[in-house]
Amino acid sequence: MLSRRIFLKNGAFAFVSLGFAPSFLTRTAFTQGRTARARQLIAIFQRGAVDGLSVVVPHGEGEYYRARPSIAIPRPNAGDGAAIDLDGFFGFNPRLQPLKALWDRRELAIVHACGSPDSTRSHFDAQDYMESGTPGVKSTSDGWLNRYLQARKVEAATPFRAVSLTSQLPRMLQGVAPALAVNQIGQFGIRAGQASDMVGASFEAEYAAAADHMLNGTGREAFDAIKMLKVADPSKYQPDNGADYPRSPFGQALKQIAQLTKSNVGLEVAFADVGGWDTHVNQGAGQGQLAGRLDDFSRSIAALVTDLGDRMGDTVVLTMSEFGRAVNENGNRGTDHGHGNAMMVMGGGVRGGHVYGKWPGLSVDRRYDGRDLAVTTDFRDVFGEIVVRHLGVNDARSIFPGYAVSPAKFPGLFA
Amino acid sequence: MQSPKSPVVPAAVATAAIAAALVLAGTGWLGRSPAGAAAAALPNDDKTILHVLNRIAFGPRPGDVERVKALGLQRYIDEQLRPERIADPNMPARLGALATLGLSNREIADTYELPQLQARQAQKKDAAQAGDNAPAAGDNVDKGRMPDPLQQKANRVVVELSDQKILRAVYSERQLQEVLTDFWFNHFNVDARKGPDRFMLTEYEREVIRPRVLGKFHDLLEADAKSPAMLFYLDNWMSADPNGPHKQPMAAPRVGRGRFGGLMFPPAARPNAQGKNAPKGLNENYGRELMELHTLGVDGGYTQQDVTEVARAFTGWTIQNPRLGGGFRFEPRIHDEGQKVVLGHVIKAGGGENDGKQVLDILATHSSTAKFIATKLVRRFVSDTPPPALVDRVAARFRETDGDLREVVRTILTSPEFFAPEAYRAKVKTPFEFIASALRATGADIQDATPLVREMQQLGQPLYMCQPPTGYKDTADAWVNTGALVNRMNFSLMLAGNRVPRITVADLSTVNTILGDDVSEATRSTIAKATGAPQMAALTLGSPEFQRR
Repeated sequence: MLSRRIFLKNGAFAFVSLGFAPSFLTRTAFTQGRTARARQLIAIFQRGAVDGLSVVVPHGEGEYYRARPSIAIPRPNAGDGAAIDLDGFFGFNPRLQPLKALWDRRELAIVHACGSPDSTRSHFDAQDYMESGTPGVKSTSDGWLNRYLQARKVEAATPFRAVSLTSQLPRMLQGVAPALAVNQIGQFGIRAGQASDMVGASFEAEYAAAADHMLNGTGREAFDAIKMLKVADPSKYQPDNGADYPRSPFGQALKQIAQLTKSNVGLEVAFADVGGWDTHVNQGAGQGQLAGRLDDFSRSIAALVTDLGDRMGDTVVLTMSEFGRAVNENGNRGTDHGHGNAMMVMGGGVRGGHVYGKWPGLSVDRRYDGRDLAVTTDFRDVFGEIVVRHLGVNDARSIFPGYAVSPAKFPGLFA
Repeated sequence: MQSPKSPVVPAAVATAAIAAALVLAGTGWLGRSPAGAAAAALPNDDKTILHVLNRIAFGPRPGDVERVKALGLQRYIDEQLRPERIADPNMPARLGALATLGLSNREIADTYELPQLQARQAQKKDAAQAGDNAPAAGDNVDKGRMPDPLQQKANRVVVELSDQKILRAVYSERQLQEVLTDFWFNHFNVDARKGPDRFMLTEYEREVIRPRVLGKFHDLLEADAKSPAMLFYLDNWMSADPNGPHKQPMAAPRVGRGRFGGLMFPPAARPNAQGKNAPKGLNENYGRELMELHTLGVDGGYTQQDVTEVARAFTGWTIQNPRLGGGFRFEPRIHDEGQKVVLGHVIKAGGGENDGKQVLDILATHSSTAKFIATKLVRRFVSDTPPPALVDRVAARFRETDGDLREVVRTILTSPEFFAPEAYRAKVKTPFEFIASALRATGADIQDATPLVREMQQLGQPLYMCQPPTGYKDTADAWVNTGALVNRMNFSLMLAGNRVPRITVADLSTVNTILGDDVSEATRSTIAKATGAPQMAALTLGSPEFQRR
């Protein structure tokens, strides 16, 4: 049996040997045997508005250094804390060194001056818009990733099709399509001390017999999922290829995403978020506050990519943040809320090693409102291209209502 | 593991309780046809009473079915429609420890916000002098920082408000009023996480929502339109006539997410503000949601032009000083004085503050509003798929009574559709309804509701923190998913096992009866096989049947 072979091959989830093979898993394994492995998207939200100008540094532009007398990232080869050159004009913050190899392999692309057409500088509203995918429209009740799940129905969807490694489901994944929020995958289950197994079996019996179609179906899936995760003991998980995850919450979240991915439980969309970017005061340059956050950020992502190995061929890792920060530093050696920002898109199928988007320039007359990096790429064009060209949705209109999703506007991240 | 204080009730006793429940006749009112129901007086059988307690209350407490039976169902419903006449003797003691509940926005701002603002300002100054290694100011949108004590103190305001919501749902005798407060707050949703809204919701719910849930819709709508909470949440406070005289120097409201109110810290103290807080002009946010979500509904027949015109009418409806807890203020200098045309009605030039009131008149009396409100209320009380005939009758009642919400609700609660067999257990409980009904069913003694506030986050419905202005969904699809179900089962185990901190369930012997006799054989036998009353109670509260109301 095909499914049997696949399970037996997979050490971490040898369900067959335990006499347990949930129905949806068999379906998934079957599908995977026939076709290519499903495409995967890992979305990472940098909450708090990261300063894209000090992450992907326009070191070729003198205005950057004039606007930031005390916190600019020095030009490449300017000694300690200098930018790492990417293409002669842009450079990485030195703390993104762990991602440089990806850039060199052309598996990491950057979209700069990217963001929302809406002018808000409220974290609250801007996160809302980036997650709902409808900038300026607050009454959208679901998130764009959930609408993606709705748009591309999967016959054999598992409870793990969409998982957020957060305690609450993020706005981006909220909606009628099922999505699971779980902070620690090892803790998902019925918790009744020594009686857990027995009580779990009792609940399972109640739901298995429920005439209530909705609760019956969801109940079955819940107990299948519990059994599956019980086998996956996170404390025993061994990353591949020597991947070394930071012990930070973000690093551990990405580690669990890798674990779920490799256990073939049908994970298609994963989400994690990471904070600490709202650097109004003492932002720092090559060292300091922002650099410290970027260190955790880039080492975590580099570990994920290393761990996933050749699975990155089917995977895209996307990073985003609600808006960028003002071009001029403020009076507290920090930066205030701005507008355009940089996104990163990583994966084997990405045409990397390139900074996408039209660079608007930083001189005052080229700035948005005379103060911020202007937006030249609508974030929906990045999301849209990923949804269409990577995840394979033909018609993305229902995912971005009110927006004309068009390949003509795609940045060109995929061949 | 059971905690030492868990009561041990012999399984035989609890089984007997189930058996007793099973004997109850299942041939009550709910079995009759709608046509027959309309003509007859309300029935008084247990199943119907359970149904009513699950809809107009947050589920039955031990003994409630008997109490309502003795009173008569009709009288119970009539009483609930007059909450001001219902004695609620236990609430003062239950709420007594929550010091912020009675405070105004200004008092809360003075006590909880001002120290934080001042500390931040001082910290900023210190940090700027100290160099690169000093910590930055905190920000609640940006997780990953150390909590500071002043921030935690400020957070107590929303926690206490949430405690209050749970305590009232569990203990108040005015159950319908609490059900409706939940409904109308959700209808006029404001998220506590948006800036100073975190200290405006206490007054908002207490002064704007709760007193009006059985009053006239127009009054509720106008009070809401003038509330600082809503003015801030949907940005109307900073909406200004883009061509107005405020373009010249003036004390216009500071726009955007500035940390400090302009009066406290003049712009000179913020050298690089670069006008980010300068008034921008018209903001259509409130105008749009007012029609789409508060009154007409998305298909209610308005256009983008109407949105703009409504927004123009409301320019100048602002807040005295949002960061300092100020109240509603009409500011003529940012008001657009021109003529507006809203849904075909002409609002003459020069109306000032009255422009907004005219818009509210137009919207409150519009037939789309009657239909939209009727649909939402029927969805709450009857079914996820509201019966069209009932919606039409309720909407007609809304129009006849000038939006009298008491009469509107009465029409629903006395309708044949409300008592129809299809309506029985037709609704999946929201997490809030689930928690409140579980606490009621177990007769829980809540010494501190804060652990429950955290549970509400786990269950996916953090109180007062629904981000979009749509409010939380009131249909099953939003609440039935694997993670949520597992969390509900775990909460049931924790509650019944007395493992929720500072919450005690004493007597679990009657929990089984709350499901009535209408239980699957599997649920019945599973519960019967449980070892001990806590486990029985947990298997009852976590059962598929208890997830519905």
